[in-house]
Amino acid sequence: MKIFNEQHQMFRATVRSFVEKEIMPHVEEWETAGQMPRWIWPRMGELGLLGVEYDEKYGGGGSDFLTSAILHEECARSRSGSFAMAVGVHCDMASPHLYWTGSEALKEKYLPAMCRGEALTAIAVTEPGGGSDVAAIRTRAVRDGDHYVINGSKMFITNGATADVFFLAARVEAGSEGKRHQGISVFLVERTTPGFTVSRTLDKMGMRASDTAELSFQDMRVPVENLLGREGVGFYEVMRVFQRERLVAGLHAVAMADRAVADTIAYVRERQAFGGPLSDKQVIRHKLADLATQIEAGRWLTYAACAKFAAGEDCVREISMVKLFTAEMVNRVAYDCVQLHGGYGYMREYAVERFARDARLMTIGGGTSEIMRDIIAKAILP
Amino acid sequence: MKILVAVKQVPDTATQVKISSDPKAIDTAGITWIVSPYDEFAIEEALRIKEKRGQGEVVAVTLGPDRAKETLRSALAMGCDRAIHVNDPALANADTMTTARALAAVVKQEAPQLVLCGRQAIDDDAGAVGAQLAEVLGWPCASWIMEETIDADAKTVRVGRQVEGGLEVFDIPLPAVLSAQKGLNEPRYPTLKGIMGAKKKEIKDVKASDLGLSSITPELSITALEALPARPPGRIIPGDVKDAVKELVRSLREDAKAI
Repeated sequence: MKIFNEQHQMFRATVRSFVEKEIMPHVEEWETAGQMPRWIWPRMGELGLLGVEYDEKYGGGGSDFLTSAILHEECARSRSGSFAMAVGVHCDMASPHLYWTGSEALKEKYLPAMCRGEALTAIAVTEPGGGSDVAAIRTRAVRDGDHYVINGSKMFITNGATADVFFLAARVEAGSEGKRHQGISVFLVERTTPGFTVSRTLDKMGMRASDTAELSFQDMRVPVENLLGREGVGFYEVMRVFQRERLVAGLHAVAMADRAVADTIAYVRERQAFGGPLSDKQVIRHKLADLATQIEAGRWLTYAACAKFAAGEDCVREISMVKLFTAEMVNRVAYDCVQLHGGYGYMREYAVERFARDARLMTIGGGTSEIMRDIIAKAILP
Repeated sequence: MKILVAVKQVPDTATQVKISSDPKAIDTAGITWIVSPYDEFAIEEALRIKEKRGQGEVVAVTLGPDRAKETLRSALAMGCDRAIHVNDPALANADTMTTARALAAVVKQEAPQLVLCGRQAIDDDAGAVGAQLAEVLGWPCASWIMEETIDADAKTVRVGRQVEGGLEVFDIPLPAVLSAQKGLNEPRYPTLKGIMGAKKKEIKDVKASDLGLSSITPELSITALEALPARPPGRIIPGDVKDAVKELVRSLREDAKAI
């Protein structure tokens, strides 16, 4: 079964060469530094890797969702969950708000710089008091003439310390009983807006080269034209882009697991114990056979959902299953790959140690496994 | 100026090559095919010449079966303007001389001022086609070039070719054939725009008869392919270092006759 065409394969070769030659040599250095350099963005822009689905008139690639899928798979093969996540957020979690719901004027003003990698983006939905419960948002936007005045704070914002443009969800009216999903809007906010502050950069267990920040807004005045879509329907927009985000998370999880198992296979072929390579031992071989099988199941569950999503079909149930299955799967793979590396697997100098920490985020970020189960349960037991 | 780049599709460098049931061929099942890496240097250089001069045309040409079209599309995605695919079952067993004759026929039809190719294809490593093509055409040839500069009116090219410990510099009248060595440049990746645009570019299919090649009898043919013998296992000399060293020296001298 083939889902990618020749053009997709060519694109894959480009991303793979770029990642191998220009990203992978720096991964350790960026992890230690706790950040990635700015140059990766304009470089990716130059290669046409940012905004692959956006119309060419905004500097996009004019391609399809499967092209995006390849981008994310190849970024996740870098052995840097941080790099994959930063690209995922910019391309398929933040900027889609502008592309799919923004006004023509906003798109013309901001999209070309996003596609060139000159403007980095972040999505600011989660708050200190609530993550997956988007309707619980407390950040307020109050209309004042031709501006909205925004007050509140946001938590766990990927690219938060470095992004230039934020897509910020805020309440334009208080949620009432039975209507708590209404009254939320998404705004495009430039980081230079007075009243915008990065309160702190958060110190994480994994994904350490990616910056994650807490943001606060005090009497921040945002022009009314920066409202995305109609006022008050932001909840549904956020939910819509979440579908894309969760598919990307599935692609990341599978590609990360794939890379880790390939690295582990290389390791067990080298590692000698009891008079031969570990790869000759049946217990090791069977363990790896199990891991490869789980990855393959995750891959095709993800591809099936990608095909549906690309065709514009409703697939919330399938995407939630992808997110649930692959996030849990990549953690089982991480556990076993560390185990198969023995003592070395626990050492910082081995990439598998970082993989295990990076993978841990997958069942939490972008909607927890518990939330995914809730969505699936609602779909199968209405 | 018009530049022709000759490229070849080869198995990916990571391929574990196996001999097929026909002992004269390799097993192509499961092989990932790529543009021969030295040919990528040639494509890149041709594109740079065009960009530097601000005008011109870069035409990629290959000789190979249907799948070789992927190589041409990669060349087009990198930025070549159009491509020519010499695709004829009669050329399936072409040796380097036959390939050179076919390419020479293309060159005569296209009349470029420069032909670039890789110093060798990384499959059979013959490294002969560039020089043979120049010979058939009666053009000058420089192999393994590390740098080139074409003069303003495209009459001559100054090339530096790699020799032991340095460069050998030549001024060569154009038209000429140059073969690229690693280090000539760093090939670009096809951008998404280039990949999308490649679909709209022309790939012309050409048969041996279109090139006026009547009788195709290779002067070289493969008798058999043989796999390398399996490497014998290494020997670990146990014991005290002092004795082990003595044994190692004795063994290198008497068994291996290496010293």
